This record gives sequence, structure tokens and C-alpha cells, in this order.
Amino acid sequence: MADVQEILNEPGAPVVMFDRVKLAFDEKVVLKDLSFTVIKGHTKIILGASGSGKSTILKIITGLLSSDEGVVWVNGQRVDQLSEQQMMTVRADLGMIFQEGALFDSLTVRENVGYKYYEETDMPLEQVDRRVEEVLGFIALAEHIDKMPSELSGGQRRRVAIARAMAFKPRILLYDEATTGLDPITATTVDDEIIKLRDLEGVSSIVVTHQLRDAFYVATHMAVRDPSGAVHVVPATPEKADEAEFMMLKDGVICFEGNADELRRSTDPYLQTFLS
Amino acid sequence: MLSWLESWMKGAALEVQEYVRLIGAAGRGLVTPPIYRHDIIEQFDAIGVGSLTVVLLTGLFTGAALASQSGLTLDQFGARPIVGRLVSASMVKELGPVLTALMLTGRIGSGIAAELGSMVVTDQINALRALGTDPIRKLVVPRMLAGFFMAPVLTIISDFVGIFGGWVVARFQLQVASGIYWSSITDALYIQDVYQGLVKPFVFGFLIVTIACLVGLRTKGGTQGVGKATTIAVVAGSVAVIAADFFVTQILVRTIY
Repeated sequence: MADVQEILNEPGAPVVMFDRVKLAFDEKVVLKDLSFTVIKGHTKIILGASGSGKSTILKIITGLLSSDEGVVWVNGQRVDQLSEQQMMTVRADLGMIFQEGALFDSLTVRENVGYKYYEETDMPLEQVDRRVEEVLGFIALAEHIDKMPSELSGGQRRRVAIARAMAFKPRILLYDEATTGLDPITATTVDDEIIKLRDLEGVSSIVVTHQLRDAFYVATHMAVRDPSGAVHVVPATPEKADEAEFMMLKDGVICFEGNADELRRSTDPYLQTFLS
Repeated sequence: MLSWLESWMKGAALEVQEYVRLIGAAGRGLVTPPIYRHDIIEQFDAIGVGSLTVVLLTGLFTGAALASQSGLTLDQFGARPIVGRLVSASMVKELGPVLTALMLTGRIGSGIAAELGSMVVTDQINALRALGTDPIRKLVVPRMLAGFFMAPVLTIISDFVGIFGGWVVARFQLQVASGIYWSSITDALYIQDVYQGLVKPFVFGFLIVTIACLVGLRTKGGTQGVGKATTIAVVAGSVAVIAADFFVTQILVRTIY
């Protein structure tokens, strides 16, 4: 296990690997022989029409669904055969942002963000509160700490969901349609958080979306901290932009894999329809 | 016809399998860590203290109505003074446990199914799992414990209030002396009756809560699904209470008398 951790600490290490994964619900085949790799600190952007199997991939990674065939590796651990109890240790290093946020509606923002610490650890309350305040400060929602989720706007709810997922410092964050249903300005604030977490915290990200504008924004921008400590989101350098890999799904198979430029230049009729 | 019957039987077998799996998982959650103590206390309060008003009112009026009806019948035999016997025997053995359980099904069963169902359709259950929390331990175990232990407590309260309601009618409507009423209450009650009245609510409380949890956790289809789950939890819970009452009575009559 120590060797695995050493390998995972190296730049370019694979943090998520799918090898010929198949999944079907009764007669409907959702994923067919799906294979791909996510590199440490990189972003994998999964595009596709509704029902193409995008969210299913995230659920398989977190163990919320089990694949029928194939092998899935997460942080050096084979997860496709783990029980629910064994999956808990793998999930300790995974954060997932669900569609619509999936915040616990009977808990305050503070309790939502600190949920894992409050419920699953013995960390002293003052320490948990400090971590919650720090995380909410990072996503600029500190003043909403004692509000209920119903008092927040859609964009704020998504950002609180990101804060909840990042609070326990996971190395991989999975975004399931994090900007769907948001106006472009609010969506950009969510995109900025995804970029900041990737570039400033070194988190590997898998972004599932069918919002092309957000996908390209995340792929072509990077976060930098100026000498005064202020964070800016600026256009990415070509090397940084190459670290964002696009993957297009069509009927459970990958119909495109490449970077933002390659996607834009593709002449595939399906991709053209999707991009137009 | 055969294929319809076959698929119905398969569906029924699957439901039973899921129910047994849920109880098994909850059983494991009871004896292995983590145990969410503050959720358990919260559920004892919500299910126990929260149901007190409805149980008090139900018990009071049931006892009063029972005394009133029994009084009319007993008058035909000139046996009005023993109205307390009928009230106590009926309340302690049958009406107290069953009516309390039915009230709990309406209040607790529907609430649990709606709450868990809403959590399922808004992905909160998946969010719990993704955050490393087992929903069975966090949501089912506290409710199961609270249902199992609070149903008997509420039933005892209901029995007492019912007998008190019977006294009000016996004393002020049927003009039975208080001393006669209260002595006839104890005359008719055997310890076996009390056992029967105490064993049943444990079974009912367990059934109501576990059925509601299962139905809630298997909710599908958005808000419409939540409504459907709530209805199923109340209907299935009520039928289970009535059916279990018959079977538990049969077992107890053969074993304790």
C-alpha cells in the first residue's frame, strides 16, 4: 500500500482508471466497454447528451452503483468488487457534487459543510468550525454560514455543495452537472471554484456536463495567486489547457477524447451537432 | 394470466427479500459502530413526545365511547356497574395497542416515508453515502429503536387515558359510583392481559417504522413518488398492524393463558 501511495504522489499518476467497464439496467445498456484514465491534478470533462451514461460513471467511481463487468481503480484501489463498508475508506478521498447540490435541507450551511467532521470524526468542535469557516471563506459564502439551504439562491447552493465536498480535503472531486440550470454569470462563479480547487488545492477533477460553455471555460482558464495573496482566474497557458481532457459519450461509448482545441476542430458530424 | 401471477409473485418475493435485508442491515447497525446517539435521542423525542397529543386524544375518546356503548348494552342485563371491566379489558388487550399503532402509522409512518422518500429523490441519500455515512445506521436504526421502544410507552399512556375517559362517562353519564368503576377495572384484569397489551405494541412499533423506512428508501419518481410512498407506508403499515394483531393474539392466547 505504501508503494501505491508513493506512485500516487508522483506527477502524472493515474488516480481513476476504467478498464472495459460495462453496465446495463435490465435491457438498457448504459456503458459499453468503457476505458479511460484520469491523471492526478488534471481535469476530465465528460460531455454527452442526457442519458448517455455521464452521471453513471461518477456513481460507479463513488461506489453508488456497481458495474456489471470491467475493472475500476480509484486512488490505487480496485473498487469494482468492494462492499459498501469497504467503499467507505475509498470515499474518504472522494468528494462529489450532485445535480442540484443535494444539500441536507434540515441542516444549516455550517452543518452541511462540516457534516463529515461533525458526524464521522471526533475532531473538536472549535477545529471543525474553523475548517468550515475557512472553506466557506474560500468560496466567498462566509456570511451565509447560519442560513438554511432553502434561503440560498441556486448558485449559492451549488457552491455550498462544493464547499461540503472539499471540506475534508479529498484528492478527487466529481462534479455532476454542477452548473446545469444556472444563468451564465452564476455558472461562471461555480466554474471559478472548480478551477481554483484544481489549480490551488491540486485536486483532480471529473466534470460531467452538457453545458459546453462551462466545459470550455474550465478547460481554458487557470487560477493564479498574486503576491498579495489575491486569487485571479485567467486564460490558461497552452500547457495548462492541455491538462483538461474532453471525453464525449454517445450511447455508452466514447466517441471523442482529446483537448479543447481538438474538440473544436473535430469534423465528426455528431460532435458538430453537439457543438453547434 | 400465468405471467401476471408470476411477475406479481416475483415482485412480492423481492419486497420480502428487501425487507429482510433492511432488517438485517439495521440489526448489524445496532451492534456495530458507528452509532449516531443524537439521532436516536432526536427520534425518541419525535416519535414519542411528538405523538403524545394524538395518542392522548385517541385514547380518551375511545375509552369514553367504549363506556358509553357498553353501558347501553349492559343496561339490558342490569349490569351497568361492571362497565369498568369491559373498558379495561378492551383497552388494555386490544383497543389501546391497535388504535395507538394505527395512529402512529398515520403520524409516524407517513412522516418517515415522506422524509426518506424526499431524501432519495433529491439525492440526499446518495450524498450521505458519498460522505461516508451509511443511511441505514444514520436514518433507519434510530427510527427503528424509537418505534420499538416508544410504541409500548405510548400504548400504556393511551390505556390509562382510555380508562380515565371511560370513568368520566361511567361517573357522569351512566351514574356509576367511582369506587365501583375503579374496583371493577382491576377485577377484570389478569396479568396475562397486561402481558398481551404490552407485547403487541413492541411488534407494532417495529413493523410500522421498518415498513415506512423500506418504502421511503425505495421511493422512485420525484414528488409524485414521494406521495405514493407515503400512501403505501400508511396502507401497508395499517394492514400489517391489523394482521400482526391477529397473529400475535393467537400466539399469546396459546402460550401465556
